[in-house]
Amino acid sequence: MSERSERTIDTASTRSERTIDTVSTQRHGAGDDGPALTIDGLRIDVTRSGEDIVDEVSLSIGAGEVLGLVGESGSGKTTVGLAVLGHSRKGASISTGRVEIGGYSMLGLSAVQLRLTRGALVSYVPQDPGTALNPALRIGKQLLEVLETHDFGGSDAARRARVDELMAEVLLPGTPQFLRRYPHQLSGGQQQRVGLAMAFACRPSVIVLDEPTTGLDVSTQAHVLDTVRGLCRTHGVAALYVTHDLAVVATLADRVAVMYAGRIVEEGPAAVLFDEPAHPYTRHLIAAVPDMTGDRGITGLPGRAPSPGHRPQGCSFAPRCEAATDECRTAFPSVQLVTIGHTVRCYHPMAPIAIREDLRPMARTIDPGADAALTLRGVSASYSGQTVVHDVNLHVGRGECLALVGESGSGKTTVSRSVGGLHREWTGEILMGSIALARSARDRPVEQRLRIQYVFQNPYSSLNPRRTIGESVGRPLVVGGSSSADARRLVGEMLERVSLTAAYAERYPDQLSGGERQRAAIARALVSKPEVLVCDEVTSALDVLVQAAIVDLLADLQSDLGLAMLFVTHNLPLVRSIADRTAVMADGRIVEVGPTEAVLTRPEQEYTRRLLADTPQINETHPAMTVPTGLHDDPALTVPAVAVPELDV
Amino acid sequence: MTVVETAIVSGRIDRPVRQRGVIAAAFGLWRARIGAVIVVLLVGVAVFGPFLAPHGATEFVGPPNTNDVPGLLFGTDRLGQDVWSRFLLGGRTILVLAVVSTLIGLFVGMVIGLVAAYDRGRLDNVLMRAMDVVFAFPNLLLALVAVTTLGRRSWVIILIVAFTAVPRVARITRGAALGVVERDFIGAAEALGESRRHILGAEVLPNVAGPLLVEANLRLTYSIALIGALGFLGFGVGLNQPDWAQMINENRAALSTAPWGTLLPIFAIGLLTVGVGLIADGLGRAVAGIDRGRPS
Repeated sequence: MSERSERTIDTASTRSERTIDTVSTQRHGAGDDGPALTIDGLRIDVTRSGEDIVDEVSLSIGAGEVLGLVGESGSGKTTVGLAVLGHSRKGASISTGRVEIGGYSMLGLSAVQLRLTRGALVSYVPQDPGTALNPALRIGKQLLEVLETHDFGGSDAARRARVDELMAEVLLPGTPQFLRRYPHQLSGGQQQRVGLAMAFACRPSVIVLDEPTTGLDVSTQAHVLDTVRGLCRTHGVAALYVTHDLAVVATLADRVAVMYAGRIVEEGPAAVLFDEPAHPYTRHLIAAVPDMTGDRGITGLPGRAPSPGHRPQGCSFAPRCEAATDECRTAFPSVQLVTIGHTVRCYHPMAPIAIREDLRPMARTIDPGADAALTLRGVSASYSGQTVVHDVNLHVGRGECLALVGESGSGKTTVSRSVGGLHREWTGEILMGSIALARSARDRPVEQRLRIQYVFQNPYSSLNPRRTIGESVGRPLVVGGSSSADARRLVGEMLERVSLTAAYAERYPDQLSGGERQRAAIARALVSKPEVLVCDEVTSALDVLVQAAIVDLLADLQSDLGLAMLFVTHNLPLVRSIADRTAVMADGRIVEVGPTEAVLTRPEQEYTRRLLADTPQINETHPAMTVPTGLHDDPALTVPAVAVPELDV
Repeated sequence: MTVVETAIVSGRIDRPVRQRGVIAAAFGLWRARIGAVIVVLLVGVAVFGPFLAPHGATEFVGPPNTNDVPGLLFGTDRLGQDVWSRFLLGGRTILVLAVVSTLIGLFVGMVIGLVAAYDRGRLDNVLMRAMDVVFAFPNLLLALVAVTTLGRRSWVIILIVAFTAVPRVARITRGAALGVVERDFIGAAEALGESRRHILGAEVLPNVAGPLLVEANLRLTYSIALIGALGFLGFGVGLNQPDWAQMINENRAALSTAPWGTLLPIFAIGLLTVGVGLIADGLGRAVAGIDRGRPS
């Protein structure tokens, strides 16, 4: 505990120092050394068609500075990150622009030159350390290899000493026993620390980090972020931190650049950008990030970012922008200065956008236990004899949403899979209404199976790629014995209900975006008019704007249809936007249950407090500019008028 | 107040084009096209050859092992029969046997592989160890033993060749299906209480069709080779019946004086395996490309 509290204090002090640091780095950057990394007018094309993946990207990062490059998937942020290493992915090529590290151009180098540069001058920390480390080599050997490749230190003894030094820097034990471990013998956080050590090994001047904490738990993530920040500060390394997670950027970066459809639309110091975002897109992004303590809800954004080759004339954000005018559709806006160091590419910066200012009312009074749709009594679950869930007691009332929150390995998914009949090794009682459920879905009567439905985590995996959306969504009806004509009609209605159109029934999953797929998966779960809906991490594979929209949809459907919902997630702030009550799970046990508001603001258990402290947050002094009107006012942005079926549950 | 995202807002939708199927992608590659031309030619010979043969299979048309008999394209064989006619007549057997035995082997192996992958328990172990045992036998020896004990009948050859194909197909199917059964749409089907047959046949099978298609072509080349080898060793179907493999065996003694009786069938069988192999290769590349999410 004491170690933990020390760390928290440490973080706080680093935060307060940031402003001073930023000033000093800016002074440093303006000095005779120049910035450590300069990207100027970078354009990367699809080789075959010449369509731009990214264009007009200009950035500079000073020594010791962390720049967060933020964007949704497909925005081109990783492409820019790789270009810093002089690399373009297969099928893409760097056509114009400059990438310079300390005055040394990274473009147009030969294979040999690139090999010498990478690791020594610039290095890369990939997203998934589990696949980036060589599973067949001991970690000590892998670290030495980097140093040997660049002939660092000049002697074996010097290199060994450097490895010890590195291990200390990334806060890993540098003992021979530890260095003799293989990657699979390390935890995810430890693996990522080894990845960091490899990147920092030859003291590069620039480091590119590509979402290095995506797969990690919040507490591990907090520690790894601390290490990254510390290393960059101490050794004066310029860091380009590529991520989709605004909250992470808010806790780590000095400056932030926001990318949309291959261009940087806004750039500025982190504090300024989160306090006074100028570009409507940035403000939408911030509005979509769940806020744990404030009283702001989350807002999604209709539409999706245009892909290369489909980008409109003018501003790429114009089709989704409420403030768009004719001017926006003619030419891409040029860079404008908002304040010193804060630039934006928008004709109408600061234009008001419609976001949800209030939280969804959670005034539903649910009598606990009296009329529960789903009850778990003394449920323990195990995997091949090893118990991972211990004596869980929960109930979800009719029309109530219960969030089940926990870190990975806490057993939350095992609980939800047991409810769904997908995990068979459990004891205790799971009741739907007053009926006890059989262990496996196959042993439950059809009618029970249809009344409990399950939405899976990953929409890229939960829809059969060889079946049309219509076939997948209609399957529960076919199993339930509906005629094919009935099924087709109901599928069409349900697709409209989740804000798709009936035409989607003919499409295959690979023609849909992630958000659309998850909508289709939700339609499949709801088409049989269930009473209980189990949602297992349904937004963790989605971008933040899509996540906001999906949560919004689920919350609407849940209250409209009176569903009892078990919402499993690791994303603590998210539960505020949907759950009436929240249960926190750790090591297979429920540690705290209570009304969401109370659990998040006045947690009773130490574990919950720690979890909350480690969760990165955007510290907005005042949130994005808001207007009190809803999107309803703009007919173009509301749902198409379709007959919505009355689902009487 | 509610905010609802609609996927079809602002009129303009750009949507990824659905990827081409494995077969379409494969035949975008030259290797597969060349393979297809070769296979079509040889299948054409086998199917339509008998209608074009100028002489009967066992008709004596000249002195044995002669090259320059007037009116004959490729001379005569060891019994004075027309080589060209026997070549045109002799393709059907090997093709039919190879295709039928491959199909049987493919089906049985596929079922075993799917069941094993989906079970992943004791049944998986039992099935796959049984496959290992079959796999350990030398194919040709097994075929020879079967043909000598059960007789030189078509069905014996078909069954034994199919039998040798089963373990390979089962392994490939299981390997491909292991990745599929882990995916959530299988979980979705289980949560709906779908039958095992539905899950294997309708959910898993379509997703392993690519690798299976490649394997089918590979198995076909092996079947052709194995049936060819049996024929060459004199264990093919029927003495003196026109059959490419048997022709090689019968005429090889006269290879230096009248080479066509041996060379024609050698070319045919060789080309057939190369052609089918090229198609398999093209399919394999297409499957790999599609699995990596780029339209080859």
